[in-house]
Amino acid sequence: MTVKRQLVLAPWIFTIGFFAIWEIICRGFGISSFILPAPSTIMAATWEYRNQLAYHAMHTLWMTLAGFGLAVVFGLLLGVALGASRLINAGTYPLLVGFNSIPKVAVVPILVFWFGVGWVPPVMTAFLISFFPIVVNVATGISTVEPEMEDVLRALGASKRDIILKVGLPRAMPYFFGSLKVAITLAYVGSVIGEQNASNVGIGNLLTRASAAFEVPLVWAALVVLAVLGVVMYMITAFVEQSTTGWAQRSQMANA
Amino acid sequence: MRTFVDIHDVTHVYARAEDGLPAVERLNIKIQEGEFAAIVGPSGCGKSTLMKLATGLQFPKKGTVVVDGRQVGAPVKLAGMAFQNPTMLPWRTTLDNILLPLEIVEPHRSRLRRHKAEYVAKAEALLAQVGLKGQGHRFPWQLSGGMQQRASLCRALIHEPKLLMLDEPFGALDSFTREELWCVIRDLHAAQGVTVILVTHDLREAAFLADRIFCMSARPGRIVAEREVAFPRPRDLEITYTPEFSDLVHELRGHIAQARKAA
Ligand SMILES: Nc1ncnc2c1ncn2[C@@H]1O[C@H](COP(=O)(O)OP(=O)(O)O)[C@@H](O)[C@H]1O
Ligand SMILES: [Mg+2]
Repeated sequence: MTVKRQLVLAPWIFTIGFFAIWEIICRGFGISSFILPAPSTIMAATWEYRNQLAYHAMHTLWMTLAGFGLAVVFGLLLGVALGASRLINAGTYPLLVGFNSIPKVAVVPILVFWFGVGWVPPVMTAFLISFFPIVVNVATGISTVEPEMEDVLRALGASKRDIILKVGLPRAMPYFFGSLKVAITLAYVGSVIGEQNASNVGIGNLLTRASAAFEVPLVWAALVVLAVLGVVMYMITAFVEQSTTGWAQRSQMANA
Repeated sequence: MRTFVDIHDVTHVYARAEDGLPAVERLNIKIQEGEFAAIVGPSGCGKSTLMKLATGLQFPKKGTVVVDGRQVGAPVKLAGMAFQNPTMLPWRTTLDNILLPLEIVEPHRSRLRRHKAEYVAKAEALLAQVGLKGQGHRFPWQLSGGMQQRASLCRALIHEPKLLMLDEPFGALDSFTREELWCVIRDLHAAQGVTVILVTHDLREAAFLADRIFCMSARPGRIVAEREVAFPRPRDLEITYTPEFSDLVHELRGHIAQARKAA
């Protein structure tokens, strides 16, 4: 078997192995499904509640994508501003870092005061939690343009704007797409937190209700659905990264 | 012949210099139009600073810089530059990298879109001149270091600059490639009649290429010796093995050694 095929198969083997060991432990030690349900029990629950789960998962997906979309737009704009101007960078960094250090769970109640329970808090939480990595990465990409490259263009009379458009932004793209993988995962966590505390729909809300009612298999089924959706979204952004900025990886390999 | 670059009594202190010491002090340099000038000196003596002053990327604290009859108060726009690091943009093909200056400099900037074919033909002619015929479609990271440096020379020349600035362009290359590129530069200079300022710490390189060599002292840099090089053109690499050539290199070496001792 070639190394390439091994690499393709490895994720499946490890995942299946993980669940198999889990199943064996649950059965072998006779663990109560209240403490830790076996994967087969969770699968059965997932099937039983499939309509409910699908409905709430769709909602969560929308909340995540809306918050993520906002984060991409604002993250890009703010990142360009920070990367382009040392003054803006120096001025806003403490604010940004301070803001990013606040656990977003703590912000949800405020969002509820402002917007009430509904779709706004999950979207806002997803946005707030995921825009920071985008800002930092875009700013880094733009502000680390090689000084020689800048000299070449400035000596030709290039404006700051020219340099950002021709060099800064394209060069920031690998950083940007790299940050999207992190951002989508965070946005997802954010929307679930928002739903748990301030929504009547969504997987987050389902989790809150199921755990209040001690419906343990449903809780686990919801968690599995969350994990699967998360993997899918991550893979989509990773694929987008691959296909848009493949030059970055290839040029790095050429340098190595 | 007229003076093309006139650096008169220039002292420059970088705004961000920690010790507040000047990088160059009372610098005087006159370079004729079409001349090939070389600047040699120990590292950190202000050679790159001199390049930045001559292209309007830095403005002197004292003294004046006149290029092409005008005092420099902004980036000069008539210069092409190449550095030790070829700084090709990896997301553009080699050809598109070479066309980059045209997207900045007028009048090309507004003509580029409509006259693309004409400019591409010009870039391809340049590529052929530096020995990269038909390589324009490849990405820079598919080229060797020497090839990238050739492409970087094309980029420096595409907008037909009147002044070509080369800051240790061959410092990172092996000696065979370096000598090949000396010949490329020699031929480009002969063909285009451009004024060249070459910064280098390779004395043989300076002696082979230049019409006039300036030796700089250690920081704060100033000119300690100016030497005309009389070898007739076109020069062949063979001249680097003649006694006259060795004598010249030896003499330059003496100036630099003294400049280093003085520091
Ligand atoms: N942007 C800068 N800010 C402050 N000091 C600088 C800057 N660039 C160069 N210098 C200083 O000026 C001196 C000359 O630098 P440079 O012109 O790059 O020398 P060279 O090219 O001859 O090696 C050095 O001591 C260097 O530390
Ligand atoms: Mg230098």
